Amino acid sequence: MSYLKPLFSHPKLPKNKIGYTLKEYEGSLSTLCAGCGHDSISAAIVRACFELSIEPHRVAKISGIGCSSKTPTYFLGNSHGFNSVHGRMPSVATGANMANKEMVYFGVSGDGDSASIGMGQFVHVIRRNLNMVYVVMNNGCYGLTKGQDSATADQGSISKSGHVNPFQAIDLASLAIELGASFVAQSFSGDKQQLIPLLKAAIQHQGFAFLNVISPCVTFNNNPGSTKSYDYVREHIEATSVLDFVPHQEEIKTQYDEGKSTRVELHDGSEIQLNKLSMDWNPEDRVSVVSALQNAREKQEILTGLLYINTEWKDLHGTLNTTKTPLNRLKEEELCPGTEALNQINIGFR
Amino acid sequence: MKKSVNDFIVRFANVNGTGSASANYLFAKTIFRMGVPVTPKNIFPSNIQGLPTWYEVRVSEKGYLGRREGIDLVVSVNPQSMAKDVQSVKDGGYFIYDSTKKLNPDYYREGIHYLGIPMMEMSNQAFDDPRKRQLLKNIIYVGALVKLLNMDEDTIRDLISEQFEGKKALVDANNKALSLGIEFVESHFDYPLPFSLEKRNLLENKILVDGNTSCGLGAVFGGATVMAWYPITPSTSVAEAFERYCKEFRKENSGEAKYAIVQAEDELAAIGMVVGANWNGARAFTATSGPGISLMSEFLGLAYFAEVPAVLIDVQRAGPSTGMPTRTQQSDLMAAAFASHGDTKHVLLLPATPKECFEMTAESFDLAEHLQTPVILMTDLDLGMNDHVSDPFEWDERRTYNRGKVLTAEQLENIGKFGRYLDVDGDGIPYRTYPGTHPTKGSFFTRGTSKDEYAAYTEDGAAYKRNMDRLTRKWDTAKKLVPEAVVYPSTNSSDLGILFFGTSTFSSEEARDLLAEEGILVDAIRIKAFPFGEEVEQFVQAHRRVFVIEQNRDAQMRKMMIMELDCHPQKLVPVLNYDGMPITADAIKHQITTYLKQENSASHELSKTSV
Repeated sequence: MSYLKPLFSHPKLPKNKIGYTLKEYEGSLSTLCAGCGHDSISAAIVRACFELSIEPHRVAKISGIGCSSKTPTYFLGNSHGFNSVHGRMPSVATGANMANKEMVYFGVSGDGDSASIGMGQFVHVIRRNLNMVYVVMNNGCYGLTKGQDSATADQGSISKSGHVNPFQAIDLASLAIELGASFVAQSFSGDKQQLIPLLKAAIQHQGFAFLNVISPCVTFNNNPGSTKSYDYVREHIEATSVLDFVPHQEEIKTQYDEGKSTRVELHDGSEIQLNKLSMDWNPEDRVSVVSALQNAREKQEILTGLLYINTEWKDLHGTLNTTKTPLNRLKEEELCPGTEALNQINIGFR
Repeated sequence: MKKSVNDFIVRFANVNGTGSASANYLFAKTIFRMGVPVTPKNIFPSNIQGLPTWYEVRVSEKGYLGRREGIDLVVSVNPQSMAKDVQSVKDGGYFIYDSTKKLNPDYYREGIHYLGIPMMEMSNQAFDDPRKRQLLKNIIYVGALVKLLNMDEDTIRDLISEQFEGKKALVDANNKALSLGIEFVESHFDYPLPFSLEKRNLLENKILVDGNTSCGLGAVFGGATVMAWYPITPSTSVAEAFERYCKEFRKENSGEAKYAIVQAEDELAAIGMVVGANWNGARAFTATSGPGISLMSEFLGLAYFAEVPAVLIDVQRAGPSTGMPTRTQQSDLMAAAFASHGDTKHVLLLPATPKECFEMTAESFDLAEHLQTPVILMTDLDLGMNDHVSDPFEWDERRTYNRGKVLTAEQLENIGKFGRYLDVDGDGIPYRTYPGTHPTKGSFFTRGTSKDEYAAYTEDGAAYKRNMDRLTRKWDTAKKLVPEAVVYPSTNSSDLGILFFGTSTFSSEEARDLLAEEGILVDAIRIKAFPFGEEVEQFVQAHRRVFVIEQNRDAQMRKMMIMELDCHPQKLVPVLNYDGMPITADAIKHQITTYLKQENSASHELSKTSV
């Protein structure tokens, strides 16, 4: 167990704009291994939702199967959650989203869940630009079945048992960009400073927001020679930018050098402000993003931060042109054509 | 040949993709409009263009809508299948062929009449456009049938005008082709044939429609807002019909849609979307066929355990792969009823007519939400893709949707602690909440197993068992909620019974009459759902032998009855058909009489050889 939760909270815990404390955004006690990267990501999700003042019950958490897919129990306890079928979270999220366009959808998955058994659904949910946050807690191995290599394990990476992975790795972030994901970011579970604003931007993004978060498996993949260990990731991490998320109608406080900073406005009026660390990269230019990722790979670096964003593409509801009222709230008088219409239909079949 | 009225079978042998379907439909629809019961069946290949395809039309004054053996007339316009088609005509029957080319002497056969019509030549002379020549050739043979079978000419010309409304050139061309056929018969043959048509008023307000269209329409009336599907014959036209009716009835003036249809990447995703949407409080469904059921099995199990409603329409077809799967069967029963791993059982509905496809699709949403479980509508290719004479669709203006036990924010305020899987009412059905209902009450985590009554994670075996026992109680509740079986009048007059369902219905009813003609009286029951209600159990108990009629090899329904009703296997006698063609009354009668003969001979000391 990662940590024990106190049974009571301090009466003076800070509250957010809608009057909730951080407690209201927490979940049950984690049953993952102590030090698991996933718990840090859960904590970042709690913090991001708290700071954005999202009503907890307006969030739905959906996952597949695996260590990562267990985490929705450990954050946002006042939200509905659905631990579904291995590799099939995207389809459940798609259906849920079609039913009610007004909620925030968190899809939580792992590298086994998304890059192997669920690759088909991962690919197709991107094509549809479903309005959701898709987090992959990526540790390069199958934790719950005790440490087998996953499809994101780097070629040459050494597992705890000394096995050298002979296969090419699937780079989910590159793939997502290639497939046309409208928001792609990469981060590290050990970098809260970066992860929280990225999560906030992903939540506010109207469309498919993909976060590939390297999240070391302390039990099976944290050994020397592994390219998904805490030490290796810390040594090889390279950020695209320093990123601020500025909610709608809030004053922009941070000042960056002219020329190096970029702003991206989101649908709800909030902004992402980026101080670029790499000058030949532009988050709104797919070609530059792809080449930045390729260059990083050449140098054995892990590029993190916001990689790509497109705020113009329609999400699936936009494409299907669905009505403003969520479909699950339509009543039968709006849905059933009625007896007279049916009589006319009968006439057409005579 | 003895003269007969309104009692014959015509089979058209065509080449797939040559426009024969609309000509053949015109033929069948004319008979329907003449007020005479008619059953058209498509026998088509897994192909878009080029392979043989047949269209078989049975006309029955007595209203028998199943298939029958013995073809009175073949219209052959496909050289590929001609050798076989000649053989398919019954003795004394008629064979119409395109005599533009001389008939191959190999195709001559004793005992049938040959009527040569130079259709291609006539069409080539009358029309310039090559595509039109091919299409209208089909109308020429329909024109010939108008005379040969004494079809009502005004009716067929009205239908042509309706079909091509607003396209005068097409109406004229079709009428011209029709006249060519009519005139050819008038100047070359004696007419009408010994079997022919007479106008009747036997159909009153009936409609002619296919089951898939009816299912799509039923889903619109039943309030489905989300459909996810993956193309697969023979279910695809369910999705197409749903979309067509949604576009007609579910668009705002602004053009915004009160529905969402997603063509999924596969059947796994299709059912995943359906489960996700239902979980979130929308009525969602999918349509598929056998291979889709296989792929959906894992999700169906999850939905059963997690108690998420889902509606699935399974248009059954023959076995795996491609080819035979464009033929009909009732062979997914067990795969659907027990789809998935672990202890799972699913509710099945068994429609027999387009009207029931409509009603049961609408009802399946009520049942799925009331029972919080998947409901699978088992239709088949024969019902789904062929036009059937049916009672008209009905919808009671006062009917309301049964959304099941769903708690509102106000109710959550007043009930104390919410337990998602608590059996509050003793019927095994717990209360659920939609996501987003209340800021601090009613949220829960949905998972397959490993939960207690309050949806908290537990691997406690006792909690698991309690949950499984509650699901059994829910299954018992389902028995009382599903549509009741139809027990035919004059039942319990015999110690023999026949049991049937779905598209075996019409042939079974006819077989019952055929048996009665031979002095064999059998009681009958048509089941409409799984699990079986009390009436099914009583019927089985009340009879010495029950013939279970179904269209698969393994007698799947019979096995399900043995499992669920705990009756002696010997009591249930399988009557089967599994060649991909709809079951016929003759086949049913033959199997039953053969069984009875053998039983008789076995009960005597002297053994008789029964053929």
